[in-house]
Amino acid sequence: MSARRLLSLVVVVCLGLGVFATSASAREPVTITLMTHDSFNVSKSVLRAFTRSTGIKVRVLRAGDAGQALNQAILTKDHPLADVLYGIDNTFLSRGLANGIFEPYRSAALDTVPAVYDLDARHRVTPIDRSYVCVNDDTRWFSDHNIARPTTLEGLARPEYRGLLVVENPATSSTGLPFLLATVAEFGDTAPGEGGWRDYWAQLRANDVLVVDGWEQAWYEHFTAGAKDGDRPLVVSYASSPPATVNKAGTSARAGTLLESCFEQVEFAGVLRGTEHRRGARKLIDFMLSKPFQEDVPEQMYVFPVRDGAVVPPAFAKFAQVPDDPLTLSADLIDENRERWIREWTEIVLR
Amino acid sequence: MRRVAFWAIPVAFLGFFFVYPVVTIIGRGLWPGGHLDLSPVGGVITDPSLRGILWFTVWQAAVSTVLTLLVALPAAFVIARLQFRGRALVRALMTVPFVLPTVVVASSFRALGFGPSTTAILLAHVFFNVAVVVRTVGGLWSHLDPRQEDAARVLGATRLRVFTSITLPALRPAILAAASIVYLFCFTSFGVILILGGPSRATLETEIFRQATQLNLETAAALSIAQLLATVAMLVVAGRLQGRSDVAMDLQPVTDTARAVRGRGDRGLLIGVLVSAAALLGTPIAVLVVRSFDTAHGFGFDFYRALSTLRADSVLFVPPVEAIGNSLLYATAATVIALLVGGPAAFAVARSRRGGALDVGLALPLGVSAVMVGFGFLIAFDPPVDLRSSWVLVPIAHALVAIPFVVRIAVPVIRAIDPRLREAAAVLGASPRTIWREVDLPVAARGLMVGAGFAFAISLGEFGATAFIARPDRPTLPVVIFRLLGQPGAQNFGAAMAASTILVALTVAAMLGIERLRAGELGAF
Repeated sequence: MSARRLLSLVVVVCLGLGVFATSASAREPVTITLMTHDSFNVSKSVLRAFTRSTGIKVRVLRAGDAGQALNQAILTKDHPLADVLYGIDNTFLSRGLANGIFEPYRSAALDTVPAVYDLDARHRVTPIDRSYVCVNDDTRWFSDHNIARPTTLEGLARPEYRGLLVVENPATSSTGLPFLLATVAEFGDTAPGEGGWRDYWAQLRANDVLVVDGWEQAWYEHFTAGAKDGDRPLVVSYASSPPATVNKAGTSARAGTLLESCFEQVEFAGVLRGTEHRRGARKLIDFMLSKPFQEDVPEQMYVFPVRDGAVVPPAFAKFAQVPDDPLTLSADLIDENRERWIREWTEIVLR
Repeated sequence: MRRVAFWAIPVAFLGFFFVYPVVTIIGRGLWPGGHLDLSPVGGVITDPSLRGILWFTVWQAAVSTVLTLLVALPAAFVIARLQFRGRALVRALMTVPFVLPTVVVASSFRALGFGPSTTAILLAHVFFNVAVVVRTVGGLWSHLDPRQEDAARVLGATRLRVFTSITLPALRPAILAAASIVYLFCFTSFGVILILGGPSRATLETEIFRQATQLNLETAAALSIAQLLATVAMLVVAGRLQGRSDVAMDLQPVTDTARAVRGRGDRGLLIGVLVSAAALLGTPIAVLVVRSFDTAHGFGFDFYRALSTLRADSVLFVPPVEAIGNSLLYATAATVIALLVGGPAAFAVARSRRGGALDVGLALPLGVSAVMVGFGFLIAFDPPVDLRSSWVLVPIAHALVAIPFVVRIAVPVIRAIDPRLREAAAVLGASPRTIWREVDLPVAARGLMVGAGFAFAISLGEFGATAFIARPDRPTLPVVIFRLLGQPGAQNFGAAMAASTILVALTVAAMLGIERLRAGELGAF
């Protein structure tokens, strides 16, 4: 290659880069605001790659827990605070949809997601991740005490597990509510005396279940595998919690999961109605379904990806068991009854 | 002219940042679809279970206040009047509980063996609020002229007699002001009730939170009205009791009022206060400090290192130095706002016949549910003046909580200014402006600086409605602590304890710094 041709090649490449650069900056020098709950997290490198490839910057607005983030989106729907809301789950989905805060968008990437997670036929929200609220047990405690580990929800009401379980108050905890729903799904919403969830909770109460305000108290103050001086070897937490109890060698996890007790939570993102950056907002949704984001969620948020073929980290693959057939309830049914169930639960368990 | 400004600034601030959002959110609940519907209010009043909740709310707040006074008044005396080594440090340490996140304190209480109970609620309220009394009452006490007491003693009065006939009446305005603030804090206490009270105990505040977060705005609004009425009633009664202490007191510089520890009585009191403070306030703090060093392989700094490395790859990661910086930034802004609004307000309250109403108004934010104020911000500060996700809302919300402190600490001091001092200045030809600048302001500054310390602490502890509003990510230390505690694992818990310990150290340093500032400013007195 002659020097001259080399030079012209350099010029062409430079021009190309220049054009590319201007087109990139002219394309979308926008900032998208993402309103989300406090548990939201993503790796810097993953988000940076998104900004690099699209020119879109993401501003994160944290807004309390999942319920509060949704409430704020509803209260501000006339003048939305953000372009995208991430973190509404199936236990609150109907409230969000009924208030008309989202505008429809069907991401092409949705084709990579199993249909069971796609709960809104009109695509106002897009499933991003899933998690499982389950009973975790301290496997060491049970082997030390020569007691068989419980395997079913029903079993927890038996005398050998008396005084061993700590749960969160569904009125105040985003972990407690799904567990209440798990018991509704398992035992049914029948009248007292007919073996439904109300009778089950009465049995749990008689079996000395401990109710605390939030997950932090349950895990860090009572669970024997989570607290320094815990007093309860059974806790309502997540299928993704056991990896946090893996030993130094990385060979075993102290906490296990009662797979029969798991309630499935699917978390969604949606474009907020009234956004001024529709294109960018949609790209953010696409990005959240992309492989890099999906493979990032387990380590960053302790949840599971929804995308087929997304690879989870080894500690997750090994110690975070996922139920094949989790307990579920329809979003509409949840929304219709949520408050009444919580009120009745309070009467049965606390009063 | 100045008098108008004294009124205008606090009234405008309170009106725009408190009354307007709260009225908007209550309106959203009670004017659904444009017509007034008061039936939820009726429902609330007649609901028997809510009456039970109201009763519990009131009595636990009253008992907590009395217990706090019993513990704090001797401490206030010792710190205000006795000279002993480390006095400033003890005073700074007593402010620490005030800024600690409830969830951290609750964890320490549990480690000390306190399960969920009413006792735990009362103890925690004392733990959190001792500083309020020590600083508010101690601020005045340290300037009271001791010669009156000495004279009474010489004339044969017993110590008790001196205290009840001379000291107590002089301190009454400060004690009532502090007591009503403590009462309001306990009345609207939230985390303590939920976490330390256990799930079967509910107060108006937890009920409003529950209703508001279910978006039952009608019920939440009705409950908020009940809460507001109860708050106003309490403040009016306290104001009546307080009366207007027009008695000029010859306020003295701290250096002249404090005395060396003498006799068995002083020594006993000093030791008693230090021991009980160590037991009640010190132990829970010690627990968290110890936990922050107590790693799986012996004591070490692992958890502190973890603060800089744990999840350092995530976008929400914030280096500890930056979190400290954010905390200091917000606290400074909140303090400045609280002084700019609270300073004029203190003069307005102290000097005007209708000042009592302003005093009550400024204390209202303490007695209204934080979730309602937060939600009110969201719907009131709409475009075109969109403040909803602006960072200034954070120090403003903190200032709303801090202003009553600034006012209540400064007012007794301003009222105690001897009018003869001003008359003398006038006779000597000083203009009203000069008198104000040379006489009133320097004296008021004493009280204002104590209030400033509080404003700073309030902001460091993330008080107020900010927990309920969306905001750009500029995490403070308490936010870092919450995030760490939200995830399982010994590393996260240890790092949360480490961040809490840093918050403790930061508070002590800030309080000592403010103290020094105060001493410097008032050196001439």
